[in-house]
Amino acid sequence: MNINLTLFGQMVTFAFFVWFCMKFVWPVIIEAMEERQKKIADGLDAADRALRDLELAQNKATDQMKEAKQEAAGIIDQANKRANQIIDEAKQQASVEGDRLKAAAQADIEQEINRAKEELRATVAGLALAGAEKVLEASIDDKANRALVDKLAAQL
Amino acid sequence: MAGENPASTTEYIQHHLTNLVYGNHPENGWGFAHGAQEAAEMGFMAIHVDSMAWSIGLGILFCWIFRSAAKRATTGVPSGMLNFVELIVEFIDGAVKDSFHGSNKMVAPLALTIFVWIFLMNFMDLLPVDLIPELLMMAGVNYQKIVPSTDPNITLGMALGVFILMLYYSIKIKGTGFIAELTMHPFNHWGFIPINLFMETVGLLAKPFSLGLRLFGNMYAGEMIFILIATMFAAGAGAGIIGGGLHAQIFGEHTSALFWLVIFILVCGVCGLNLKGKISTGKTVLLCMVFMALGGGLTALGGGLMQWGWAVFHILVITLQAFIFMVLTVVYLSMAHEDH
Repeated sequence: MNINLTLFGQMVTFAFFVWFCMKFVWPVIIEAMEERQKKIADGLDAADRALRDLELAQNKATDQMKEAKQEAAGIIDQANKRANQIIDEAKQQASVEGDRLKAAAQADIEQEINRAKEELRATVAGLALAGAEKVLEASIDDKANRALVDKLAAQL
Repeated sequence: MAGENPASTTEYIQHHLTNLVYGNHPENGWGFAHGAQEAAEMGFMAIHVDSMAWSIGLGILFCWIFRSAAKRATTGVPSGMLNFVELIVEFIDGAVKDSFHGSNKMVAPLALTIFVWIFLMNFMDLLPVDLIPELLMMAGVNYQKIVPSTDPNITLGMALGVFILMLYYSIKIKGTGFIAELTMHPFNHWGFIPINLFMETVGLLAKPFSLGLRLFGNMYAGEMIFILIATMFAAGAGAGIIGGGLHAQIFGEHTSALFWLVIFILVCGVCGLNLKGKISTGKTVLLCMVFMALGGGLTALGGGLMQWGWAVFHILVITLQAFIFMVLTVVYLSMAHEDH
């Protein structure tokens, strides 16, 4: 319980340890901690920013998707319209062509009929003359009779 | 360990309260004191070797722990010891920022040193009172007080260090304002200067003394209670019902420290097994109690439980005292920095 030199011994020791702590311990640890604090704050900031960016990007993506969908719908509409148009046009063309073909075929048929009639007429005239020649067995004026027979044949 | 009779119990307590003193004895010259009386005769030219050794040792331990943590300090993810050290540093930093408003690079490290160092010194109180003195006695060292903060030299030494800082910063920052504070306060009239000076000086001196004596008183009382409880172990050796009588038969009245060492190792072993999950907690407590009873009888068992209970409570005291010393230091220095 005596007060003695220990008092000063402790004071010196105290001063030394405080100096040591001041020089080698406190600044190092505090600096590291503050730097880490800053780093964490920065990190959190960055995360916040990233979150905001993500939201923006998502919004943008949604907008773009909507736009794209609209565009696609427009294109499909247009395509449908165009397709209908083409079909209509094709139908029209086809009916015109059909008509034309029909007309051509009709003309052909007409021509054919006429030719067949001509041929038939010629053949009938010949046959009738030959038949008449045989029946009459007389020389008949071919020219006068031919006109007669031709008139007959024309009535066919 | 003391026997049962009151005289030797007193001796036991006194022995525990005597420092290992090295000093200049008026008759025997320089040397270690043999007993309290010789130590007292040495007067001022003596040094408490045990207090100094433990306090320096613990200071070095503090420096080593915190320095090694500081070396590993990274801005990345901290781990292990660094985490713990940073926890303390942050706690101190917060406390200092709360109560110190000047700008001084010294205050925070000072507070850290005070808090951790005093905590470590106080912590020695939680070691069994007889363990280290008894072991050192075997090695031939007769007196040993292992709690430096139960030595008023240590606590007042630190308080004086703080006092010097207070004076230094008061004069440095306030200049003549410091003298005005001492003389013109609280009665602002030249006629009251002597009264003011007297009151303010007493107030100023009371700061370091209360600072040092508070810590000393708390730790001294705490250790005293540990010692008083410890006397029950010794009493148990004679009056024990179960094992006390048994080993009194074997070892005689004086309980051998080696016997207690065996008990200590057994208790540690049981606790270790419990921590590894080999035996249940209930069984651990029971086994520890059985060992205690075997060691010193029922009284010793009671003593052990009381030691344990007081130690648990004392954890609060040692932390609180370290904290109070630190906070008051910061507050006093803050007052020294405040220029009116």
